[in-house]
Amino acid sequence: MNTTNRTVVVTGIGATTPLGGDSASTWEGLVQGRSGITKLEQDWAAELPVRIAGTIAVEPTEVLARPLARKLDRSAQFALIAAREAWADAGYTGKAGEDPAVEPERVGAVVASGIGGVTTLLGQYDVLKEQGVRRVSPHTVPMLMPNSPSANVGLEVNARAGVHTPVSACASGAEAIGYAVEMIRSGRADVVVAGGTEAAIHPLPMVAFANMMAMSKNNDEPTRASRPYDKARDGFVLSEGAGIVILESAEHAARRGAQIYCEAVGQGLSADAHHIAQPEPTGRGVAAALEHLFAENDVKPAEVVHVNAHATSTPQGDVAEVKALRRVLGDDLGHIMVSGTKSMTGHLLGGAGGIETVATVLALKNRVAPPTINLENLDDEIEPDLVSGEARPLPEGRIVALNNSFGFGGHNVVLALRSV
Amino acid sequence: MAATQEEIVAGLAEIVNEIAGIPVEDVATDKSFTDDLDVDSLSMVEVVVAAEERFDVKIPDDDVKNLKTVGDATDYILKHQD
Repeated sequence: MNTTNRTVVVTGIGATTPLGGDSASTWEGLVQGRSGITKLEQDWAAELPVRIAGTIAVEPTEVLARPLARKLDRSAQFALIAAREAWADAGYTGKAGEDPAVEPERVGAVVASGIGGVTTLLGQYDVLKEQGVRRVSPHTVPMLMPNSPSANVGLEVNARAGVHTPVSACASGAEAIGYAVEMIRSGRADVVVAGGTEAAIHPLPMVAFANMMAMSKNNDEPTRASRPYDKARDGFVLSEGAGIVILESAEHAARRGAQIYCEAVGQGLSADAHHIAQPEPTGRGVAAALEHLFAENDVKPAEVVHVNAHATSTPQGDVAEVKALRRVLGDDLGHIMVSGTKSMTGHLLGGAGGIETVATVLALKNRVAPPTINLENLDDEIEPDLVSGEARPLPEGRIVALNNSFGFGGHNVVLALRSV
Repeated sequence: MAATQEEIVAGLAEIVNEIAGIPVEDVATDKSFTDDLDVDSLSMVEVVVAAEERFDVKIPDDDVKNLKTVGDATDYILKHQD
């Protein structure tokens, strides 16, 4: 049940990921089944239990002006790069107000990160210890605060309807997009820049995740380390980057003659209330999010043809998600192609929901389901139709795709997109 | 050895270029850090710390608010450097 009848559409996309510096190169990598995971060559990585990661393909300092870059945490740099691409892709020629097609008071920004400015926090602590009080950057607080990417994107486009930062670990990016859809539906905004970003490839988060036994230790074969649904999967691979979409009310998009990628149908949300970091093994919480999606939005399981799964390549999580899909979708799962794109991108934590929404938007536009790579021996408990090895065509007609994101803390977010 | 006025202006120009991206030739004694050189209050702290190191001078926080222009900063450094 919608509180209003405002239809929300996607009019722009942007990304910077381990596969490429924009959404087009990222998509090309996904369709080709290319892994973005490499060995970490930094000195600090030598003694770590995990020495592989999905490092960004194009360094932000190659793209952003230096005076701006030095005042932004790496997570905000990624978000700004992706947001600029998305904003231009949506056809806007300047920030809101400068481009008369959009009023600042009708624009929002909702960009999330799972961890926030962790490299700034830890880096400036090193400065404090090694160089003293005077040398700690006066930009430290505005750089490390978790709302910094959202706030900087808001400044970039002149967003005055509201700037928000929902935080739910690895579900953060998807939750941001869901929140943005609601902002438009409820009438608070006509245009919202939304997505997720993460920049946590630093020894402390790397060691901390590794000590949770959550990460793959396949240091010798980085491109084969992230292998959702495979029997040999042994954890996720940490990656960095951002994915951003421009969401817009259908009326606003039509009024200015904007391109429309797809409809953003809505979200389903739930929480596990099970464990702070373990997924609920039967998939009860994920199933509840799916049930909410179908009960609260104008979308039916029969319409769904593609799922960009959360599928992080952890032993428990991948199975729980599949159980939930079966429980809610039933026989409809038979006509749904499931893709685990983290097999190629690795896990961008709070950025995952952003780039996977961009991937899902492009899957609908191009009618192609990207593959799950490294799937050599399917886990016995995994039964859906997995897009294994190579990309596959999606059917014609009006089709729906889902994007799942779940986070430590038991947060479950399912987003639904429909082709136009 | 104490820096000359010319050396201080040139040094400040390099610092402002590094922090705010303003071309060194645009940094002159009559320019306001905030209004002309894109140095906001946070970046001004960076300029001050860099100037302290470069010219071996202490600029207490209470004095920073009086340094509106490049000329103000140059005069302050000339007067207080060792």
